[in-house]
Amino acid sequence: MAVALIPLIYLGVRTGEAGWSRIVGELFTERVAVLAARSLALVGVVTTACTALGVAGAFLVTRTDLPGRRFFGVLAALPLAVPTYVAGFAWISTVDSFAGFWAGALVLTLCSSPYVFLPVAAALAGADPAQEEVSRSLGRGAWRTFTDVTLRQVRPSIAAGALLVALYVLSDFGAVSILRVDTFTRAIFTAFNVGFDRTGALVLSTVLVVLTVLLIGGELLTRARGARYARVGGAGRPPTRLHLRAARWPAAAALTAVAVLALGVPAASLARWLVEGVSRPGSLGEVATAAGNSLAVSLSGAAFTMLLALPVGLLTARAPGALATLLDRLTYVAHALPGVVIGLSLVFFGINVVYPLYQSVWLLALAYATLFLPLAVGAVAGAAAQSPPSLEEAGRSLGRGPFQVFRTVTLPLTLPGIGAGAALVFLTCMKELPATLLLRPTGMDTLATELWTHTNTASYAAAAPYAALLVVLAAVPTWFLTVRGGL
Amino acid sequence: MLSVAGLRKAYGSVVALDGADLEVATGTLAAVLGPSGCGKTTLLRCVAGFERVHSGTIAVGGRTVANTGTHMPPHRRRVAVVPQEGALFPHLSVAGNVGYGLDRAARRSGRVEEVLALVGLPGYGERMPHQLSGGQQQRVAVARALAPRPPLVLLDEPFSALDAGLRGDLRRDVREALRADGATAVLVTHDQGEALSMADQVAVMHDGQIVQSGPPSTVYREPASPWVARFVGEAVLLPATVDGPDAVTPLGRLPLHGTAGDGAVTVLLRPEQMRVSANGGGTAATVVRHDFHGHDALVQLRLTDGTEVTARILDSTPPLAVGDTVTVAVRGAARAFPML
Repeated sequence: MAVALIPLIYLGVRTGEAGWSRIVGELFTERVAVLAARSLALVGVVTTACTALGVAGAFLVTRTDLPGRRFFGVLAALPLAVPTYVAGFAWISTVDSFAGFWAGALVLTLCSSPYVFLPVAAALAGADPAQEEVSRSLGRGAWRTFTDVTLRQVRPSIAAGALLVALYVLSDFGAVSILRVDTFTRAIFTAFNVGFDRTGALVLSTVLVVLTVLLIGGELLTRARGARYARVGGAGRPPTRLHLRAARWPAAAALTAVAVLALGVPAASLARWLVEGVSRPGSLGEVATAAGNSLAVSLSGAAFTMLLALPVGLLTARAPGALATLLDRLTYVAHALPGVVIGLSLVFFGINVVYPLYQSVWLLALAYATLFLPLAVGAVAGAAAQSPPSLEEAGRSLGRGPFQVFRTVTLPLTLPGIGAGAALVFLTCMKELPATLLLRPTGMDTLATELWTHTNTASYAAAAPYAALLVVLAAVPTWFLTVRGGL
Repeated sequence: MLSVAGLRKAYGSVVALDGADLEVATGTLAAVLGPSGCGKTTLLRCVAGFERVHSGTIAVGGRTVANTGTHMPPHRRRVAVVPQEGALFPHLSVAGNVGYGLDRAARRSGRVEEVLALVGLPGYGERMPHQLSGGQQQRVAVARALAPRPPLVLLDEPFSALDAGLRGDLRRDVREALRADGATAVLVTHDQGEALSMADQVAVMHDGQIVQSGPPSTVYREPASPWVARFVGEAVLLPATVDGPDAVTPLGRLPLHGTAGDGAVTVLLRPEQMRVSANGGGTAATVVRHDFHGHDALVQLRLTDGTEVTARILDSTPPLAVGDTVTVAVRGAARAFPML
């Protein structure tokens, strides 16, 4: 757990060093108030929009007779493979003067709605249909049943998804900086990189951490208790599907429109620039090297993250209590820290504490672990719920030791979920930009950093091959996630 | 085979087991019978090794598996459990589930097919748990527990989730399977009918203690207390005064089982001891309620002094109706308890 804490400790120490009067001076300014208001407004707008889009999409795909619902299920998950800065680059290079708050909100909503769609679709597909039938039999109509029963059943999934979106938006750096939305992350990066104003950046980061803690606290308050373990026994039936009748085609058209905005625009833009990009001499070799680097750092990052997530996830699922909740929440706090802060805190940590690791892939892996531990912990905890304690007790009573029961019962039941978590982490590592920029060993370029370098100089054609390859590589785990979700 | 002595277990300030004692002989089926919250599931989990005991001892086949300082882990105890919901491993086939507790050689020896036949599911090995009905899942759970021939099998209310018709067959089949395999078993249940019909020995549990243990007929006919009497069946408890070998009750002078000291007592009668007739001998009474059960009926009668008693009648010709006046006489003897 120390991993999740390193950046926090660094933040505390460095902020403390600045002295109280200086902190107050930096904190209570109009600029901080404006930044906070704008960041929170962006979080609110994007989270609300993602929740509406994600829940509606998940319901249409899992619970209605929508034409082509499997196809739409895959389409709704695919934006996960589009990094926000790629989407931002695609929009700004296609639509003139596409920038500002609403532009940022649109791009972030399109990119992060899968974080709500995927868990809610899984929960809707697996919910006990008997509860809905009881509600209908007690005289509640289809809509009342949906709001009073179905939504309650999937509320933990909605809350978890919405929390991820909110944290994602709060810490997003790529889209807001390309689309010129002045939020905390952009201000921090500017202060660090341009102004060399470490204290100002640290104070802004601290405010960001406080906002994160408030978000997590709020989610904790609304979290429903119980329903921690999957049902065992009993005949599980698939839920009944709602007949949309005349509304089928408008619903399909709406989902198609969302998919066009989320996938079509980036695809068209990339295709356009790609034609110019690949004709550049010598580009193929550079792209291949960067792709190899991306794969290597993302694989080591995902492996390291899963290694840390296993104990925390199992503890959260199995021994719920104050300690487990605290550990779980701490990883969320680290997740919401901007990649810039994580990156620079680890630069500091690398130089001062573990110098042999500095400028190595391992420090980058550590940064990924800090950033993406919540994704992995969530996946492990969810997977652990697939293996209720009564199964392990039955195994123990049949003469199998704890290790053997773990190997023959717990592991086979949880492995699919853990695998999905690993895929998600791998995908997210691949897309990570700011920490990679700061921590990569000198001279090592990944797809994301190459893309960033070329976008910065407005050489869209040179950037396009990296963006396209990044999207293709990242789409593989997304595909795996969606297929496994049985949508 | 199983010997539990002075078992204590508390969760915080809630005492679940308060000095429970239980002896189960080899090859028999014992039922631990008690209302919800009496501690019977905790007792079972302590025997299985899923919970640590605070004090007292548990011995299985002469081996002490738990006492104040020692706790043998569940997998070394050779005590197999059939959980309430079956808890079949969802990722394994029926054969995989049943063979889970067997080593490689035993799995090939045909033991899996043998126990599946024993529980009435021959040829089901290739199915997956989700393809089975609730009753079939429970049968597989029983087969899985029996397969490694454990000295002791624990069944935790395994029939409570099933419908009544299925339950009867399954109870009989499970008891036959346990017998045929020579297994010693402890069944935890809150269902009196289940305990009395299945078990060789019934242990009645109340507030964390075993208050009476013995053959089903003894527990029913000679309950240790009015509470046990009421819990294991319908009971008619009447105030009475002892007079030599008899008791003077609102139903007249009744002979007593054994002897009791003089003075005020509570006497127990079972509804089936009541003989109700239209105008025979006995005490006059009015029918105040009539519950028809098909094979018999329970009739609530009010005596002239206001005391109410319950009678079980097999054949009500002429049919009784609420408000009818009848006479009630008692067959057999009453059992006296100190005044409540």
